[in-house]
This record gives sequence, C-alpha cells and structure tokens, in this order.
Amino acid sequence: MDEILTILEKDARVSADDIAKMTNSTAAVVKKKIKKFETEGVIVGYKAMINNELLKDKSQDVYALIEVNVLPQKDQGFDYIAERIYQFSEVVNCYLISGTYDLLLVVRGKDMQTIANFIAEKLSPLPNIRGTVSHFLLKKYKEDGLVLKQRDEGNRINISY
Amino acid sequence: MQRNYVAKKVEEMAPSGIRAFFDLVLGMKDVISLGVGEPDFVTPWHIRESGIASLEAGYTSYTSNKGLMKLRLLISQMLKKRFRLTYCPNEEILITVGVSEGVDLAMRAIINPGDQVLVPMPSYVSYGPMVELAGGTAVLLRTDANCGFKITPQEIERVCTKKTKAIMLNYPANPTGVSYSRDELEKINRVCRKHQLLVISDEIYADLTYEGRHCAFPALPGARDMTLYLNGFSKAYAMTGWRIGYACGPQEIIGAMTKIHQYTILCAPIIGQWAACEALQRGDGDVETMRAEYRRRRDFVINRLAEIGLPCVKPDGAFYVFPSIEKTGMASLDFAAKLLQEKKIALVPGSAFGKQFDGHVRMSYAAKFEQLKEAMQRLGDFIKERG
Repeated sequence: MDEILTILEKDARVSADDIAKMTNSTAAVVKKKIKKFETEGVIVGYKAMINNELLKDKSQDVYALIEVNVLPQKDQGFDYIAERIYQFSEVVNCYLISGTYDLLLVVRGKDMQTIANFIAEKLSPLPNIRGTVSHFLLKKYKEDGLVLKQRDEGNRINISY
Repeated sequence: MQRNYVAKKVEEMAPSGIRAFFDLVLGMKDVISLGVGEPDFVTPWHIRESGIASLEAGYTSYTSNKGLMKLRLLISQMLKKRFRLTYCPNEEILITVGVSEGVDLAMRAIINPGDQVLVPMPSYVSYGPMVELAGGTAVLLRTDANCGFKITPQEIERVCTKKTKAIMLNYPANPTGVSYSRDELEKINRVCRKHQLLVISDEIYADLTYEGRHCAFPALPGARDMTLYLNGFSKAYAMTGWRIGYACGPQEIIGAMTKIHQYTILCAPIIGQWAACEALQRGDGDVETMRAEYRRRRDFVINRLAEIGLPCVKPDGAFYVFPSIEKTGMASLDFAAKLLQEKKIALVPGSAFGKQFDGHVRMSYAAKFEQLKEAMQRLGDFIKERG
C-alpha cells in the first residue's frame, strides 16, 4: 500500500506538508497523489470516530447486526439484492460473507422500535429474502482498530539514556 | 559515618554531571519528552499475552543458567536465517538480563588488571564505567560530526597498544543513530584482527535500521571467533521492562561469562524468556510496523531540523538524532535546561556523552507523531527567539 495511505488510514488529519516531511516528498506532490486517490475512489471518505457512550446527550442511536439469508438470482448473484439493501440510510455496513447466512448488516436507528420497523417493513419484504436474524448491540469495546475505553497504557519515565 | 564503606573504585567513578538535570525533568509535569532511550510503543499484545499465559501455566521457577533451551534454539535459528551465523545453543548462547548484563559479563570475563578496552565516543554511557568496574582502562575512540560520528581504522591504530584487549562497538548507535556499511565494517574488522582485539558488538538497534541492510559483525570474514555478539528484545520488540538480552560468541568466552552469570544473576527472569520466545516466533510483523513508523518520524524530524536550521548527521537507525546546537552558542546543559523551562521539552544534553559533545543534544523520536510535531514547533520557536 502507498505510504500516504498507510499514514492517512491511521490519522486522516495529518497535513500534506507533514506527510511530505515523513516521506521525503513535497507537499504539492502529496496533495496531487491524495487528490488522485480521491478521484479514483481509493480514498472513499474521511470521518471522526466518536465514542457515543461518552456523549452527554443520552438519546443515543441503537445498533443491530442483522444476518440475512438471500436467494441469489440468476445472472445477478448477490450484488443486486445487496444493492437494494445497502441503499437504505439505516444500513451502516453491508458485507457478503461465507457460512450459514449470506449478508451481514449493521443497522443504525434512533431506538429498537425504529430498527424493528425497518426489518419488518423494508428489509424482510424484499424479494428473495429468505429470513433474517437480528442481534442488538449492547456495548462497543473496539471499533476499526480503536479501543473505545480511555486508558493510560505504559508509564515511561521522561528521560533516560 | 566513621568509616567509609564505599569502595574506592566506585568513589572514583565519574559522577554523572547531569543527574540534577534528569531529576528536574522527572519532577516536572506536562513535559513533551524527546529524552527517552526506549520505545514509546507498548509491548505487542500477543507477546504480553504469552507472558500472562506463562504465569498461568505456573512457570515461576529459575531456568537453566544459560536460559530456556527453547529460547536459545530460536535465537540460533534466527541468526542462521538472517546472517548465516551458526551458534551452538548449548555452548555459545547465553540469555542475559538485557544487553547491559551482557556488556558487564563480557568485561568481567575478559579483563585482567590494566587491560585496555576501546570505547567509541560518543556512546551509550555505561560502557566506560563497566570497563573500569571490571578493573580495566577504557580508552576512548574519538569521533565527531565531520567524520559522521564513525570510528575509523586509523583512530583504532592511533590508540591501540599491547595492553588493548577488546573494542566495544554499537551500531546503529546511541546517541547518534549512526551505523556502518559492510565495507566500513570490514575495514574495522581487518585492523581488529591485526591487533587480535575481541570485538564486543552491541547490536541492540539492528532491527531498527532505515538505510541499507544491517550487517552483523560476526558475519564478516574471519570475525566470528573474535566477536562477542550482543543483542536483545528491548528496542525492536518494545520490551525494555522485560529485561531479556542474549550473548553469542566463542565457547570459551560464553563459558566464562556463564560462570559469572550463574553466581551473580543465576538466570534471566523466566516470564520474560517465554515472552521473548513468542516475540521471535510471531513478532516479525510488529517489528516491521514499528520500524516503518520510526522511519517516517526520523524523516520528519530531520526535515524539520533542516528548516529550523540545526545541522545533524543523518541517522541510519535506532531512534535518536544528535543535532549540533553550536550556532546558539549555548552549552548543551544550559540549552536543555532553558528548553525545559521555557518550552517544556525534554532532551538529553550532549555533555552527558562526554565534554567534547557539549555542542550537541540527543533527541529521541520514540514519541507519538502529534507530540513530535508539537515538540519540533516549540524547538523552532526556541531557536528563533534566540535568532
């Protein structure tokens, strides 16, 4: 993977100038490369990772993981049905997986009722959906490689040979 | 106290002139530290977890004096694979409490009263005192920024006498980050062989090499049987606190070191030895990730130093850079103290490594990028204010 991507994947806020210094390049070249990655869709987007648990506002969204069993269509495979599903704004993640079911969704809603309604009214009635199993998320420990609990790892002394 | 209980030898050891500065740093809060000689990474989880598992399994005993056979075997396999070096795990490898113990054992195992050991300057601060404690004389090899802080065959020839028994090497080096090419090492090797010097090669930073390929000293032609190779897990695997190192060398020397080791240390801690096994078996990827990160930080720091206008010899490895602060006209301790007071940045004054390095400071880039960036900003302001 390009080193610029390695750096940005860890911290999207590192400036082009700093990346240039880390990789012995120039800010202009780095900016150009990033632009190219964006145009090509290699870089899909940038966002902040938020730990909802620490929010003062207690009306937090609810998440559910939904296993979906699908009857694949001739000449279309799973892509057609996946597309019909992931277009719903409630669907945060959508994966085709191996094993006892086909699609795994992560769905977000303002409460359990909203998600239940989404499953009953939008998801299940879609053609060729053979069944769903829902798991409501109780607690997030780690997301996208980041541990959500604040902790004080290590306590190096500030000076040593 | 009526009677002075402290040994003369210890009393005569030069006290570290910057102890007070270290205490000042340690007593200060909210400091961004570029003064640390250890990784900012925590030991990778799978290695920590194997330490926990060894405790759960009840591995809480002594090990063989030489260390766990499994660990010695893994070390011998790794050295064979990486450098085509063959060391017998039974007779030629000793597990030590960090490289520090390895250096101490080596000095005590080889030095007769009056023997001289060559020690490069600048270097890690313990080498000289360890030679002296063992009853030898440390003869200093001079280097400076002009020769890239590299020792040369000519310099070895200049100071070598009949009493010179060994030479201490350390590359990539603390505090400069400087390393040697195979060609340069071969030249050093030739002069060492000519004078029949034992080479004690501390290669603890070998895995953190960013320029070229690291060449282990015993892998040079004819060098194996006159080299004591020292390495460990502290830097590459971020395992400083586990205190596990190893020494590889000819049977007579490892045997002599083992004698001292068995009376003084008995064995290295068993939990650390199990964790070290895990590091060797499944830790290559972690080393690779950390090395890439250090390399990016190194390049960032040297590019920033160039902007700030502090010249430095480009480090090949480790996680140090040793810039010159001569243009400020300040002594290194004064520079470090003012930088600490005014900007809350800690680094190590060059004078800690010898008076002649008073025009330098050691900066460690084993710090999170955000902190490194902020520290360089403040350092830049500090220099500008003195413009």
